[in-house]
Amino acid sequence: MNYVKKLSLLLVVALVVALFSFSVYAQEYGGTFVFGRGGDSVGLDPIQVTDGESFKVTQQVYDTIVMFKPGTTEVIPGLAKDWKVSEDGKTWTFHLREGVEFHDGNPVNAEAIKWNFERWGYEDHPYHIGGEFTYYAYMFQDFPGVIKEVNAVDEYTVEFVLENPQGPFLNNLAMVSFGIASPAAVKKWGEDYFKHPVGSGPFKFVEWKQGDRVVLEANEDYWDGRPYLDKVIFRSIPDNGARYMELRSGSIDMMDYINPEDVQSVKENEDLDLILRPSFNVGYFAMHQDFEPFDNVLVRKAFAHAINKEALIGAFYAGLAEPAKNPLPPSIWGYNDEIEDYPYDLEKAKELLAEAGYPDGFEFDFYYMPVPRPYFPQPKMIAQAVQYYLSEIGVTANLLSYDWGTYLDKYYDDQFQTYILGWTGDNGDPDNFLYVLLDQTQNNCGYESEELHEILIEAQKSVDKEERIALYKEAQEIIHEDVPWVPIAHSTPPLVKKTMVKNYIPNPTSTEKLHRVWLND
Amino acid sequence: MTSYIIKRLLALVPVIIGVALVVFLIIHLIPGDPAQTMLGERATVEAIEQLRESMGLNEPLYIQFISFFKGLLSGDLGRSVMSNNPVLNEISVRFPATLELSFCAMIFAVGVGIPAGIFAATHQNSFFDNASMLIALIGVSMPIFWLGLMLIWLFAVILGWLPPSSRLSVGVELDYITNILLVDSIIQLNWNAFKNVFSHLILPSVALGTIPLAIIARMTRSSMLEVLKQDYIRTAYSKGLQDRMVVYKHALKNAFIPIITVVGLQFGVLLGGAVLTETIFSWPGLGKYLVDAIYSRDFPVVQGGILFFAIAFVIVNLLVDISYAAIDPRIEYK
Repeated sequence: MNYVKKLSLLLVVALVVALFSFSVYAQEYGGTFVFGRGGDSVGLDPIQVTDGESFKVTQQVYDTIVMFKPGTTEVIPGLAKDWKVSEDGKTWTFHLREGVEFHDGNPVNAEAIKWNFERWGYEDHPYHIGGEFTYYAYMFQDFPGVIKEVNAVDEYTVEFVLENPQGPFLNNLAMVSFGIASPAAVKKWGEDYFKHPVGSGPFKFVEWKQGDRVVLEANEDYWDGRPYLDKVIFRSIPDNGARYMELRSGSIDMMDYINPEDVQSVKENEDLDLILRPSFNVGYFAMHQDFEPFDNVLVRKAFAHAINKEALIGAFYAGLAEPAKNPLPPSIWGYNDEIEDYPYDLEKAKELLAEAGYPDGFEFDFYYMPVPRPYFPQPKMIAQAVQYYLSEIGVTANLLSYDWGTYLDKYYDDQFQTYILGWTGDNGDPDNFLYVLLDQTQNNCGYESEELHEILIEAQKSVDKEERIALYKEAQEIIHEDVPWVPIAHSTPPLVKKTMVKNYIPNPTSTEKLHRVWLND
Repeated sequence: MTSYIIKRLLALVPVIIGVALVVFLIIHLIPGDPAQTMLGERATVEAIEQLRESMGLNEPLYIQFISFFKGLLSGDLGRSVMSNNPVLNEISVRFPATLELSFCAMIFAVGVGIPAGIFAATHQNSFFDNASMLIALIGVSMPIFWLGLMLIWLFAVILGWLPPSSRLSVGVELDYITNILLVDSIIQLNWNAFKNVFSHLILPSVALGTIPLAIIARMTRSSMLEVLKQDYIRTAYSKGLQDRMVVYKHALKNAFIPIITVVGLQFGVLLGGAVLTETIFSWPGLGKYLVDAIYSRDFPVVQGGILFFAIAFVIVNLLVDISYAAIDPRIEYK
């Protein structure tokens, strides 16, 4: 009897293995993959740019020391095969893969990495030219900022010594901005390097026809295996409707940003798949506590009960978003899913307002952004809807706006009573949302919580991920109780691909390497 | 004639200075700057200050203008603050695309518009006259983005006869030399590429040429009608000349001055970049690029780009004026 059981178990295992290996063997090498996108790249030196269209390309051409696991913000080995951090969290040692080469044949070694960081971080470096190195200064807090020194210990060991421990350090290194460039190529091209990118990534740069397309070809010697695709072409097709027609006429294989009204026709078309990128943003309604009555937590809670997030998402995001209950999007590690959102409940909201001493409501100013952002695709209409929801509990919101620059100036200057705004993540670290947006030294909604501040600082200094997760979960509970904002939505940007495009795993960080994508012709 | 052309070209100098000054002031005085665009939500007061400083935006305005103007005199329009690409390089890549499309659109507009206008004039109040003027009216008021999308939908998606957008299909090899792809493919005797480029030009040229076509057709008709009523036309007829002879030789030549004026103006306008057409047909021209630069407050690009347009416009006008003399021997420039 036992024998039969064992045998049947073995058969099942064999079947699963066979099925699995079938899907593995079905992967095909070859083909050109054409991606249609809304705009051209600004430049192809990742440290100099801040726009997603540039990063889409540089993600393919460059490698980072560590990188994000596909579909997540979890850090996995990249150019470094492993690493360790000292007790005090100030010294990080990375062991590099051996034998990796840049596309120009030069070795990717500790010296090359050291050279890149010195180029970015030292303003007097001879090749600190060609742009503003914006993301370096931003993530490492100034030039050279947190990174005190970078040492090439031996050919394949590189050591970072930090001024003080930085919890998000590893996540920072995984950002596409910090792609390692061939020093020889940077020296050769100088200010024009951004048009001649040379990294060690899965695809090599071939040509860039400005305003039209960027062409890449497979790096035969990629350390993680040759890409399945022979060529990748990124085409700029600015109009959403025209891009969708290109996809339907077959001249591109995949696209991003689709008009909401076309979503249904994609779902009905069996040659096309709609896939949603995991959210990496939050859109929120903030109540500034320097202004009465928003210093009263009961009022803030009443507002949280009064806004119908599901309905907003249905009406203004074409359903392509999820309601937010935390400042952190669920794709980021440390997300606290145990928190229960304040349900949409007008009676409860009115009770809370009465309890706070405003049974007859009150009047206040409500600012909305003049420009659509991924987290608020239609800010004015969303603001009008929120205004309507609030009128249901008897409070009157006066809608106001400014041009985008002035809006941000006034926001940073704490001039808004209430407003909508949002954030898109940089490095996939919870610190990049919770500390940046809500710490009492950072936020622009008059929110003060010593308890939260201590937790966030402790998490910033810690390099133990488990400990940090626990701290961030606690932080989200405090934020939930204090309601500095009503988080509204995390939008999930849509991508449309032909069904023949296989194994495309969108990453929350907005870009992904394509060497595991293959075409089923 | 030569001294006239030299005089006109010299007159370009004050135009350039004036345009440079006005563009510089307008773009610097409207709210927002490139630092803000680059940082977006991250635009904290300190970050903005730091970026402005390193971009040189904290210098007094007149110092910035002087350094811009100095560069201009040596033919250097500066580098884009967004991409760090030299503005002149960007223009030299994109302007040929705009030129090629505008030229083809004008060929379409003139090739259809003038014959239609003549026919409507010689058959005044006929069914064709009324119908073509109604179509012209619709053409003038047609939203280009709608027309463009409909053309793509019909000819590329449904019928599959023509490519939906861009300048060259993926997989067709062609070296870009002049960046005017029809010319490039002829230079390289690459007929496959030539056909491909040509097929890509058809839909955007029709979309872009529709409004000028309508304007040209209406102008041709009214100008022809006026001329056809004059005495010498009656004389020509009474001499026993054939209809064709009278219309094309006697009437058209005299009706041509206002037509050529309109054609020149329209061509100048098209050279200013067809933002909507370029957007719909993913045409990597100068118009869309410049509008994006205005949104991102990329000062050097906006300054350089608009200056370039101003010069192109003046030159087109000069060519129109010269062509007057070629058409009408009574016109003489001194």
